[in-house]
Amino acid sequence: MTASATDFAASLQTRFPNLTARASADVPAFNIPAAEVIALLAHLRDECGFDLLADLTAIDWAPGASPRFTAVYHLLSTARAEYVRIAADCLGGEEPTMPTATGLWPGADWHERECYDLMGVKFTGHPDLRRILMWDGYPYHPLRKDFPLAGLPTELPDEEIAEYSGTKVIPAPMAGGPFVAQPDGSVTTATGRGPRALDQAWNEKTEKPAAG
Amino acid sequence: MVSPNTEVLGYDSKVEGGIIVSRVDAVINWIRTNSIWPMPMGLACCAIELMGSGASRFDISRFGAEVMRFPARQSDCMIVAGTVTYKMAVHLRRIYEQMSEPKWVIAMGACASSGGMYRSYSTLQGVDRIVPVDVYISGCPPRPEAILDALLKMQNVVRQDRGFRKTVLGSLVTR
Repeated sequence: MTASATDFAASLQTRFPNLTARASADVPAFNIPAAEVIALLAHLRDECGFDLLADLTAIDWAPGASPRFTAVYHLLSTARAEYVRIAADCLGGEEPTMPTATGLWPGADWHERECYDLMGVKFTGHPDLRRILMWDGYPYHPLRKDFPLAGLPTELPDEEIAEYSGTKVIPAPMAGGPFVAQPDGSVTTATGRGPRALDQAWNEKTEKPAAG
Repeated sequence: MVSPNTEVLGYDSKVEGGIIVSRVDAVINWIRTNSIWPMPMGLACCAIELMGSGASRFDISRFGAEVMRFPARQSDCMIVAGTVTYKMAVHLRRIYEQMSEPKWVIAMGACASSGGMYRSYSTLQGVDRIVPVDVYISGCPPRPEAILDALLKMQNVVRQDRGFRKTVLGSLVTR
């Protein structure tokens, strides 16, 4: 960390005593409790020149983990071309909530809708928290760790079409895949690649594993 | 006052030379075959190749299918070019229903034919799960030559159609 970056971290630390440094391979990163995240973002925008919300997303740490979800904000200073990363653990465990950042950046609107759609993080105070990619009424949050890549059976978005076409949303046939090309040229299946691969092995040929 | 026709009714080469005897099915299918108006259901990168097949190098108008019609009611062959998500699938079916009979569907490329590489929760695994498909094109995306080949195969399907005999002539007979 350069001298100026150390000064920056120290000045933030005095303003926000609950701020802690976060392991980072690139840009300065900090952890902050969810209750203070909006105040910190406002401070960074107004006092430190981080005027652009470059990204807003969330991490799912796995079912049963505590905290289950962490929201991540990437801010950019367009004048200095510097980034800073802020992470805040969501309150509420399996039903995570975060205060909305739409009051600071109108552009946070769609980011938060996407995060709600795919991860299920409810942004309190958001003016229009609807799904943005999946259709209204879709019952799952597909980027959660306990959601299989192939999907879960449900109904089509349009009842009328679903009725006369007889089509349903069904899990995609993985047929043993996804397949992974190894550096030596061989091709293996994804099973055995760790916990992320295990749920992908659940397809039309292999039964869904029992819970627990 | 009616006078008898005294002219001798015989062979008139000027008239009869211009007459071809055929079946009405064959004539109508011949017309349809060479004037397929595609509905370009461009949903992903396949649509770019579809545009390429319409442009001067490949020139889909050589086969009478250059009149791409976006209003579904004016078109008779839906070319599904691209990845069909479940969210889009219901709209695709609705557009297909709006097309006037007779109508055909070409599934263009891996995604439209089978879901392609998108083995995922959001993608319809083959457009034949929601509309009937007549011709499938392989490729990711297919070359314009493959599209033209599919169009020729499509024309074969149209040529063999007995729809006119069954529906229109059938209703005349029963009437």
